[in-house]
Order: sequence, then C-alpha cells, then structure tokens
Amino acid sequence: MGRKRQQIMVLHLSNPNLESNTVAWAIYDGAKSKKEAQMTTGDSDTPPYASVLDAMRDGWYVIQFPTLPSYRSGYEHELGHLPYEYILERKVTVHE
Amino acid sequence: MNNTANRHLLTSVQMAEFAVNGFIKLEGLVPQELNEAVHEEQKQYSNATPGHKYWHQSKLIREVFELPHVKGVLDSFVGKAPVYDHSFLHIVPAERHSGQSYHGDSVIDTRPFAFDIQAFYFSHDAPEIMGPTLILPGSHLRKISTFSIGRYKNIIGQRRLAAKAGTIAFLHHGIWHCAQPNYTDQTRYVFKLRLRPGQEQRGLFNTDGYDSPEVAEVIRKGMHTWAGDEARLNQIGAAKFYRYLCGDDRVDFSFEGVLSRMGM
Repeated sequence: MGRKRQQIMVLHLSNPNLESNTVAWAIYDGAKSKKEAQMTTGDSDTPPYASVLDAMRDGWYVIQFPTLPSYRSGYEHELGHLPYEYILERKVTVHE
Repeated sequence: MNNTANRHLLTSVQMAEFAVNGFIKLEGLVPQELNEAVHEEQKQYSNATPGHKYWHQSKLIREVFELPHVKGVLDSFVGKAPVYDHSFLHIVPAERHSGQSYHGDSVIDTRPFAFDIQAFYFSHDAPEIMGPTLILPGSHLRKISTFSIGRYKNIIGQRRLAAKAGTIAFLHHGIWHCAQPNYTDQTRYVFKLRLRPGQEQRGLFNTDGYDSPEVAEVIRKGMHTWAGDEARLNQIGAAKFYRYLCGDDRVDFSFEGVLSRMGM
C-alpha cells in the first residue's frame, strides 16, 4: 500500500524576487530510507532549479517565505546567513 | 610602511586575494622528500589516535612549518611571534561517502578585523574525488555560529581544495567549510595548524604596491555570485579588511568608494 512522504527542498535566491537566481540549495528526502544517501555537501555544482518559480512549475509547494532583512543604524553592513531562504515541499508516494 | 625585509612574505596582490576570498592556496611549498616522509608517518595514525597529538609527537611536521618560505607566509598573516591555538591531523578513511556539514570553526569571533590563520598542509596528492576540504570563497567575514549553516548543502562558487603534495592552503578562521567524501581506496590526510596573531596584523606582508592598480582590481572585482543582493556589502567588508591588513586607513577599494563617501 502506498504511503505519502515529504520531500523538503531549501532554495536560497539572490534577492526576494521568486524568479531571481538560485545561489544555494539542499534537499532532504523523507521518501528515502535511513540507509539511502541524502544530498551531501558539495555533491553538485548546478542547482536543481534556476529559481523558486521554476520549482513551483515542477510541482513543489512553497511552505515558508523568508522574513526580509531589517537594517539597524550602525549595523547596516553586518552580514551573516544567506537571507533569501525558501522552504519548499513535495509529497510523494512510497510503496512499502 | 614598506615591509620588504623578508623575501618570503606574501605580496600585496596575494594579500588582496586573501582579503577578498578568505584563503590562499600555495603549491610547492614543501619539498617532495619531506612530503613523503610526513605521509609515511601520518599513515601510522588513524581516527582512533587523537589527531591533536600529532603536532606534539612529530619532528617532521615541525620541520614543514619551519621552512623559510612557509614561515614567511605565516609571518605575513600573524607576525613573527604567533600564538599556538590548536592543531589536528584530519583523516578521511577510504570510501567514506558522506560529507561533513558546512560550518565555521570555533565560535562567533568578536574581533572586528583580527583573525587566526588556519594552515591546511597536504602531504600527498588530494584530488577532488579524495575529499579535500570544501570552502566557500568570500564567506569569511560573515557572522555565523559554528554549525548554524549546517542546513546548506551546495552553494554557487563553492570550491574543493584539491591539492598536490606540498601544498598548503591558508584559511581565515571564519571561512565556511566542510570535509568531503572520499571515493578512493586511499586514506586522505590533511594537517591543520591554527595560529593566533602575536601582534596587530597591519602591514605584516610585503607591502610594496599595496595601493597599486593591480591590488585595486583584485578587490573591486571581489563580488561573489552566491552573495546575491549582498554581493556589494560583502565586497565592502573585504575592502575594509584589506584596509586593516595594509595598515593605511586612507586606502579605499570599496564598491563606489563607499568607505570614503560615508566617512568610514
């Protein structure tokens, strides 16, 4: 009998426009067993989708938008994590 | 200003590249005979042997870091009296197919510009499939907390430090990095030595031409695609960092001369 499993994809874009370029990506695949390899660091040089919009066209659902950065006086040039991070999901059927 | 006494010091262009990218990889620093001797010695170590003991147990590894042109590079970063922080012989066994999570070493550093240098010495050839360390050039000045970037898997512009034997890569302590899978049947060794500065890190390299057009070009072109909308801010950070390193607070190679325009 088929059961639904969640796949999560994290795409970082170059700016808040959902059509802007993907600059970082990660996939966490809940349909894979613990023995199967997940995406690992450094295993690809080309993103799976050029933008979030491209991923949406292929059946991924955006489940979290990033909060836009706020720029406090005196800290305008401070940088940290990648800011434009989108979480997407897809549900797939697995047969056990 | 001009610090030219030691011919093994890094040049201004090399230091500008370090300011922009957070690392510099220098090939052929260690003679092959010494590489082979070190490699043979490292084969006696495994992950069951604490890697932090290697530096204290090996005369050969000390010999590597006493080489005049290696010392010259270290002098350029942390001065002539650096403070030992820690070291580790990192070992990736043959056929280990999982990569480490992206991280920054230690904890969030509160020093505005001062930095520790992390030297990664390769005693044997480490091609891409052997799992040399993966780094993100230009990430060294961003504030993250150790594994707070552990969600990331792939980033545009990431680079494996594939190296020939005798190469030493010198990394800013803050650079984002992770160990990589080893798809070969050979064990991969890399020795890391972290040193703290023994003095203020201003004008320690060969400062000839520190404000030259060649240096300006390196820094002005220091826009990293992965930084997206923040690429300009990232570049301004590198320009500030280089100003600190060169010791002249009038130098401004920032995007649109922001440092001068905004009175920084």
